[in-house]
Amino acid sequence: MDMENLIGLFLNSVFVGNILLSYFLGMCSFVAVSKNMDTAIGLGFAVVFVLSITAPVNWLVFQYLLSPGALRWAGLESIDLSFLKLITFIAVIAAIVQMVEMVIDRYSPALYMALGVFLPLIAVNCAILGASLFMVERNYTFIETVVFGFGAGVGWLMAIVSMAAIRIKMRYANLPEGLEGFGITMIMTGLMAMGFMLFSGITL
Amino acid sequence: MKLTQSPTFRAFSEPLAKNNPVFIQSLGICSALAVTVQLNTAIVMALAMTFVTAFSSLTISAMRNVIPRNVRMIVELSVIASLVILADEVLRAFFYDISKQLSVFVGLIITNCIVMGRAETYALGNPPLRSFMDGLGNGAGYGLVLVTVAFIRELLGAGKLFGFSVVPQAFYDHGYLNMGFMQLAPAAFIIIGLLVWLQKSLMKG
Repeated sequence: MDMENLIGLFLNSVFVGNILLSYFLGMCSFVAVSKNMDTAIGLGFAVVFVLSITAPVNWLVFQYLLSPGALRWAGLESIDLSFLKLITFIAVIAAIVQMVEMVIDRYSPALYMALGVFLPLIAVNCAILGASLFMVERNYTFIETVVFGFGAGVGWLMAIVSMAAIRIKMRYANLPEGLEGFGITMIMTGLMAMGFMLFSGITL
Repeated sequence: MKLTQSPTFRAFSEPLAKNNPVFIQSLGICSALAVTVQLNTAIVMALAMTFVTAFSSLTISAMRNVIPRNVRMIVELSVIASLVILADEVLRAFFYDISKQLSVFVGLIITNCIVMGRAETYALGNPPLRSFMDGLGNGAGYGLVLVTVAFIRELLGAGKLFGFSVVPQAFYDHGYLNMGFMQLAPAAFIIIGLLVWLQKSLMKG
């Protein structure tokens, strides 16, 4: 895999194939947390961090334990455990989130103060599991998975931070009754998704 | 006591409109939008989701007195994940084409906040039958939103319903065009936003 394609994959996962704006993953926490700028930034970075770790780890787990014929190294050629991928991925994600939390707590109290409260939330963020499932679905190689996981995280971060910025401005807007809150957030997200789609003409 | 007043019935009927999981609690939007380009996929997704929510609530509620408090998340996740794998395998076996179109989104029911939310807030504190009805109601309420959005998107975007053309050829002859925008992701966000507005205005009156 050459460099140019990797950059293309990165840009694609940040803009055109944005995990939130074009695949709708991680919406729940996106709506709930984008009310406040600081928490949006905190959660955004936590998602980048966790996605960059979980996607490659799940790739290794899938390739060497679960995919059809993956247990060849143990002499079990005919075994196909791929139906277990959902439950394995979610367990791996929960375990990694827990471990990351403990490591950060031990070595970087400042970072723990910033990200700590968001880490447990992330275990059930659809974007994390979604990225792992997409990497299986699209047959990415290991390097591609690393780039995709990081790119998807950056895309999510950009989306939530821009949304938080827009919602700060929306507080001063005079909205029709019933549209404030969730309704207008969804419409703004739609407009933002249109903006991100404009990048689809760019090819490297 | 009338049937419509019983707590079991209310557990089913309230999430349909008054306390709709998508509109009011703003949960479960993740997958609600991605599968709504066509009615077919939306209905299958709604059924899968209702199945998982109803039976996970039933199971967790039946076990609620034996689940230790601090490992309840893991117990809930494994119940939900087993049901999702079941739904996924059934779809793969009997509706292969639709399961290909739904791709990862059936798997993502695991992390759908509605399932987890109902297990946490309702099933852990209520008897099995009522929890089952609550799960059924929430699944159906979610399905209702899904089908409405899919109806609008497929009708305006492709001029079809369930894959059959419904817009007469005469319309096209006079210059009517399908709205390609409806097939794209941003349209789903905007439709949900407008539906929330509609629902809130209707509930008020």
